[in-house]
Amino acid sequence: MSGTSESHFPTDTKAFDRRTRRNSVFALVFFAGTTFSVAVLIILLFSIINNAFGPMAVENTVDPAALRIGGREYTELDSKELIGILEEHLSRGLIRRYNRETPLNERSTANLVQLVEERIIKPAVKQSWSLAEGLFEGGKIRSHFEDNPTHIRSFRAWLNPSFIVSSQSSTPEDSGIRTALLGSVWIILVTFVFSFPIGIGTAVYLEEYAKDSRLNRFIQTNIYNLAGVPSIIYGLLGLAIFVRILQPLSSGEIFGSVDPSTANGRTVFSAGMTLGLLILPIIIINTQEALRALPASLRHSSFGLGATRWQTVWHHLLPGSMERILTGTIIALSRAIGETAPLVVVGASTFVSLDPEGIFSKFTTLPIQIYQWSARPQGEFRNIAAAAILVLLILLLSMNATAIYFRNRLSRTSRIQ
Amino acid sequence: MIKTVTPTIEQKTEKDTDNILQIKNLSVYYDMFKAVNNVSFVIPKNHITALIGPSGCGKSTVLRSINRMNDLIPGAKTSGSILFDGKDIYDPEVDAVRLRKRIGMVFQKPNPFPKSIYDNIAWGAKINGFTGNMSEHVEKCLRDAALWDEVKDKLKQNALQLSGGQQQRLCIARTIAVEPEVVLMDEPASALDPIATAYIEKLAIKLKEKYTIIIVTHNMSQASRISDYTAFFMVDENRAGYLEERDRTEILFQNPKNKRTADYIAGRFG
Repeated sequence: MSGTSESHFPTDTKAFDRRTRRNSVFALVFFAGTTFSVAVLIILLFSIINNAFGPMAVENTVDPAALRIGGREYTELDSKELIGILEEHLSRGLIRRYNRETPLNERSTANLVQLVEERIIKPAVKQSWSLAEGLFEGGKIRSHFEDNPTHIRSFRAWLNPSFIVSSQSSTPEDSGIRTALLGSVWIILVTFVFSFPIGIGTAVYLEEYAKDSRLNRFIQTNIYNLAGVPSIIYGLLGLAIFVRILQPLSSGEIFGSVDPSTANGRTVFSAGMTLGLLILPIIIINTQEALRALPASLRHSSFGLGATRWQTVWHHLLPGSMERILTGTIIALSRAIGETAPLVVVGASTFVSLDPEGIFSKFTTLPIQIYQWSARPQGEFRNIAAAAILVLLILLLSMNATAIYFRNRLSRTSRIQ
Repeated sequence: MIKTVTPTIEQKTEKDTDNILQIKNLSVYYDMFKAVNNVSFVIPKNHITALIGPSGCGKSTVLRSINRMNDLIPGAKTSGSILFDGKDIYDPEVDAVRLRKRIGMVFQKPNPFPKSIYDNIAWGAKINGFTGNMSEHVEKCLRDAALWDEVKDKLKQNALQLSGGQQQRLCIARTIAVEPEVVLMDEPASALDPIATAYIEKLAIKLKEKYTIIIVTHNMSQASRISDYTAFFMVDENRAGYLEERDRTEILFQNPKNKRTADYIAGRFG
């Protein structure tokens, strides 16, 4: 080195190489971590889809070929012939019952075909395989059909339109998630209606109105603490308050809608309020952060024009932060949809075949239904549990996609400097 | 008798014009820190008063206490009084919200609402109960702020799409749309280029016919160009700002009584 002053920086490239190497090592570690997470996600998705679709062996109690008349399949027969088949195969008592509901000769052909399928042919699932078995273990499946010639092979998507629209049943093939889906929707509505206005009101008060006093700091700290309380604790709280203490209200008794079948206060109302309490701190904190993200200049320009605090909040602060608030609220709601533990405590029914009709009905929800089905011993219930998981995942992903949409719109539209 | 001595220009004008604001022994604290120490001066009506001084001398703090914007800063406290039309604005009976309608403010950084140009002007008037024809009012304010010709075809456009200088004139238009008596300007041109600055200065001179203007500026030549009165603030050994000298602008700039003022104006100042 020339010059009078000595440089304290290394002149060789060794140290530089070492830094570069360390950089690459960390990049690799982070990449490995990401890869691992993605792999786990893929395995999870695969195992669900694997269970939700696959081949199965069906056995008919009566061979449809035996029902042919003049070489025509039963699906091509007219009403008169179908009624003939029904009267031939079914007991008189059953026919009388059907006639009492709607006389057979007044029913549509499609309805009669359905009756024939359900009551006479009675397909029953004898064995089912997962998607992977269907794809890679063809030999095993083929030998099953060789051993059981009466079994008919069919491919079954457990997640299908009738799975969504039919209600619970004791046979997995006929079971659906309509009741659970409606229960989830009702509960989330109650949760939203309860927690959104109260959460935003609290946040606006704490952020814009409250003085920086000891009491308010105490409240603030405890809101943060509440956001971290395990959800089962909220379930116990909901049980104590909504189901027990507020039973006349949560059962709808004081509104005169007493339904003896509703199990006391264990209603959609109680469940929705409990989940509302659960996500209230999240909504408050998120809204406070959204308000804090607004530039001080926005408040200044509003106050500088002689606006009151309320006018500032209503005309500038809430509109300016609404996209952030909605994003956070949707994410909080999707957390509530997936909650199981507090609802078990609050008293979700595990078997409800009646749709919830209002906020004072008995309820079950998707996660509860999944939990209950996956605990059953028969393999087919695991298949429909997987299908229900897919529905729940699709629901959650579409909610999160909405949240992402709002967030992107936020970054695109006029940003306040 | 002393009274027979030829009156200075200051004595003459202060007798002839009303003083719309009288600041008396004003001190401002931020928590325990004293930011402004015992400042007293008057603001003559329909004139421009410039507040100058080095950074941290409390001139912006004084400005903000005139329409009680300091109330919004947690921990800010004020002692002394500011008489506005003979009434102390720190009197508990005075409502800060009403006061700010009468004493408007333009900020250092242009801060239009993220709304349309039209709504930016109309909003302040609307919340203060304006009952006249709003479109005419918006046009009048934009004309007064010398912005009408540039924006008349895009009133529905978002105000944030305007240039910085246009945004600042929009903010001035928005302030005068609520018809205040006093307009406070906190370094209104410091974020703008020289051309936009010249616009604002011309505008300020035009506006003093209708309004009393108090302007904080770091730009010495700006103060001398546009203001009628100048108040020079300094920082004392406790880092509190105080008023060193206040006089008619031409006197303060050409013949300051105080050596420190002379040094600061001449740029001989650390």
